[in-house]
Amino acid sequence: MAADKSAQKTTPSLGDYFKSNIREYGLLIALVVIMLFFQFMTGGVLFRPVNITNLILQNSFIVIMALGMLLIIVAGHIDLSVGSIVAFTGGLSAIMLVKWGIHYSIVVPVCLILGGLVGAAQGYWVAYQKIPAFIVTLAGMLVFRGLTYLILQNRPIGPFPKDFQSLSTGFVPDFLYFLNPLPGTITNFFSLVVIVALVALAIYYGLRDRRNNDKHGTENEPFAFFAGQMAIIAGVAIFLGFQLSTYKGFPNVLIVMGLLIALYTFVTTRSTIGRRIYAMGGNEKAAKLSGINTERLTFYTFVNMGVLAALAGMIIAARLNSATPKAGVGFELDVIAACFIGGASASGGVGKITGAVIGALIMGVMNNGMSIMGLGIDYQQLVKGLVLLAAVFFDVYNKNKG
Amino acid sequence: MDNIILEMRGITKTFPGVKALDNVNLKVREGEIHALVGENGAGKSTLMKVLSGVYPAGTYDGEIHYDNEVRNFSTISDSEHLGIIIIHQELALVPLLSIAENIFLGNELATNGVIDWKQTFSRTQELLDKVGLREPPTARITDIGIGKQQLVEIAKALSKKVRLLILDEPTASLNETDSDALLKLLMEFRKQGMTSIIISHKLNEIKKVADKITIIRDGGTVETLDCHNEDISEDRIIKGMVGRDMEDRYPAREPKIGETLLEVKNWNVFHQHHRDRQFLHDINFNVRAGEVVGIAGLMGAGRTETAMSVFGKSWGHKITGEVLMHGKPVDVSTIPRAIDAGLAYVTEDRKHLGLVLNNNIMHNTTLANLNAVASGGVIDGHREAKVATDYRTKLRIRSHSIYQEAVNLSGGNQQKVVLSKWLFTNPEVLILDEPTRGIDVGAKYEIYSIINQLAAEGKGILMISSEMPELLGTCDRVYVMNEGRIVAELSKAEASQESIMRAIMRSGEKH
Repeated sequence: MAADKSAQKTTPSLGDYFKSNIREYGLLIALVVIMLFFQFMTGGVLFRPVNITNLILQNSFIVIMALGMLLIIVAGHIDLSVGSIVAFTGGLSAIMLVKWGIHYSIVVPVCLILGGLVGAAQGYWVAYQKIPAFIVTLAGMLVFRGLTYLILQNRPIGPFPKDFQSLSTGFVPDFLYFLNPLPGTITNFFSLVVIVALVALAIYYGLRDRRNNDKHGTENEPFAFFAGQMAIIAGVAIFLGFQLSTYKGFPNVLIVMGLLIALYTFVTTRSTIGRRIYAMGGNEKAAKLSGINTERLTFYTFVNMGVLAALAGMIIAARLNSATPKAGVGFELDVIAACFIGGASASGGVGKITGAVIGALIMGVMNNGMSIMGLGIDYQQLVKGLVLLAAVFFDVYNKNKG
Repeated sequence: MDNIILEMRGITKTFPGVKALDNVNLKVREGEIHALVGENGAGKSTLMKVLSGVYPAGTYDGEIHYDNEVRNFSTISDSEHLGIIIIHQELALVPLLSIAENIFLGNELATNGVIDWKQTFSRTQELLDKVGLREPPTARITDIGIGKQQLVEIAKALSKKVRLLILDEPTASLNETDSDALLKLLMEFRKQGMTSIIISHKLNEIKKVADKITIIRDGGTVETLDCHNEDISEDRIIKGMVGRDMEDRYPAREPKIGETLLEVKNWNVFHQHHRDRQFLHDINFNVRAGEVVGIAGLMGAGRTETAMSVFGKSWGHKITGEVLMHGKPVDVSTIPRAIDAGLAYVTEDRKHLGLVLNNNIMHNTTLANLNAVASGGVIDGHREAKVATDYRTKLRIRSHSIYQEAVNLSGGNQQKVVLSKWLFTNPEVLILDEPTRGIDVGAKYEIYSIINQLAAEGKGILMISSEMPELLGTCDRVYVMNEGRIVAELSKAEASQESIMRAIMRSGEKH
């Protein structure tokens, strides 16, 4: 093994490495550039603590749904119904909480299960009856929107109990207020400690992985890139964490979102399920002949999407403090766009969780920045559309050149 | 006819990290059939892509002289304009359009965008007559066989006033009759003064038609042989391709045959799509430990269908019959169960059914047995890398690392990756379906050696092949199939090309 390695392995130059991984670094750089651009254009409003908090609250549900959508797209499908599922589950939660007075500790899991059932109802047709997902979920989009109107009887329901609202609008309390060195500026010391600890952990594990890879002869990215990437991420994270700590600290949804991102990153990169989804999206027939139950796998990616859409539905309902039949209209497009901006391939088999998350953030920052600048919905849509096209063109161009 | 129509001088083409062509020279005289041979990955297809403008001028070094002028093609249409037409291994026809529509696709006989169908059909008929294809111009591509599709491609080339016709493995997926017809057609064209370059692995065919043979090895020109000056044997060509003498194309093996591993009894299968048509009738066969068993037969005899229906019922429906391993009935109703029972099926169609092309070697290697490198559903990256590295070394997969995508490997190396995948499931019986199709001589030898080694380890091998010499050279026993039935079982001593053909012919008469 060792002899073989020395003979065959060539260390790519930094330039080559950047070229072959341009998508990932490019995306990160694009996000930073867009943030700086709007920071400048809005006269410094973008990075204000209260605005960062708003950004998180406004986009958490898009990010959460993008996690499930990425799996669906990687599997070679699409889900157009998530906006309607958002409204439907939001409506169901409102009926249970407001009309029937059931405690949220029961309503939340029940709604997640119902979301899963909605996903299953659609996944069945895609996986076992081989109807194209585009058609099944287009039908689902209409059906669940219609059902939402029916169950809500065309009227919004609200307001929600306080404890349910805090799911979406609450903040993590400052457990470490007694250690706060600068009580004048920092109002939530706990969040700052957590973010610094997380950054330290990320660097520690990153370095440990590199060492392990060296030991086992697995390829590493060049150190300069590792260090550069870490520096950007750490810098941005600590800066944002500091800004948040001078306001109310971490919103609850940030924690939910963060945990889910970590979970789905792990599933896609390290688990057998994730690997099988990528293989299935890359070549379904080969995956099937390799003993992978492709039908079941497809079915569960839709169930998973339903659960995440239900979670998003409740977050949105809680945030708006009312469930309306019009909730979530057009969300499917934002979610799908986030995945494609993040480098997922429409033909399946390609895409990353980190890409989809950054894609969602790019969309979110653009929405937020343009709103602050006072650009109307007309320009916002126009710009978002062009950014989507540009991002995918960039992919295609790179692929053809390489 | 001493005109040099084409001369490629010092062509060098580099891809990131690989030098695909290194100072290649090719000289083609007008009106000759020039064969281009070499192992897979030697650079033949790349060279033809340089010539046709798929890789535009500027992305390679060297000069192309065509008609005594230096040419810099930047697109395929530049080269087509001058009569250089390339027919790729994978045919570029639209299955649901008619022959006529395909022939004039992108080149329609139209005025102001309105197609002149009358002229289209009459011109098509003329072209079809020229290539000897008796099908109406309105027939859809999907309804005619692959051999006829090849002829449609040639007719399409003729419609473009071809002067230099390049055929990349034109007979790879054709049966012998169709191949012969195609080669005759090429010779006919030669009489009319057309020049062709033919890329092929079938050396007997090249011997039949070629005037000159240029051999390429590892991205460089080895030599050009003139078939009119000397009698060139297949062994002579192989020597040039692999750089050494190939004494025996089939490595020797001392069979040590043990107990019966796999036994299939009274296997009846109905057609996958035409659901009321019975496709396989009362199939009975067995494979013993340490034994290599062949299945011979013409295309469409039902060999692949037999294998796939046994392997997890992945083909056909209304399947009845019994599958036994070690004499005990086993459940092979799904692919995971078939794998658990100790079966592995290496497909004949590695690109569509064997590999996830955009995944790397490592991911493809572990795909069918992912749980063996994972605990609790979490993949152990280092264990996985070690497995892939071991197979890469053991099967001598040529790649820059286990992280290379399967799509970038040559045919032989792709086949080895598929083999790795199935060897990693540790099967008792391997079904190999055309294991050496589209693979060069050197890689074939390596695959045969792997087969021998597996047999020596006590595994049972069932090998489906359309190349009779291959079956005769490697198998201990041969079943002959025809029209969905097993029509003969021949021991090594009985099996010969004649006895196999006789069995097929005789069974044909009975029905």
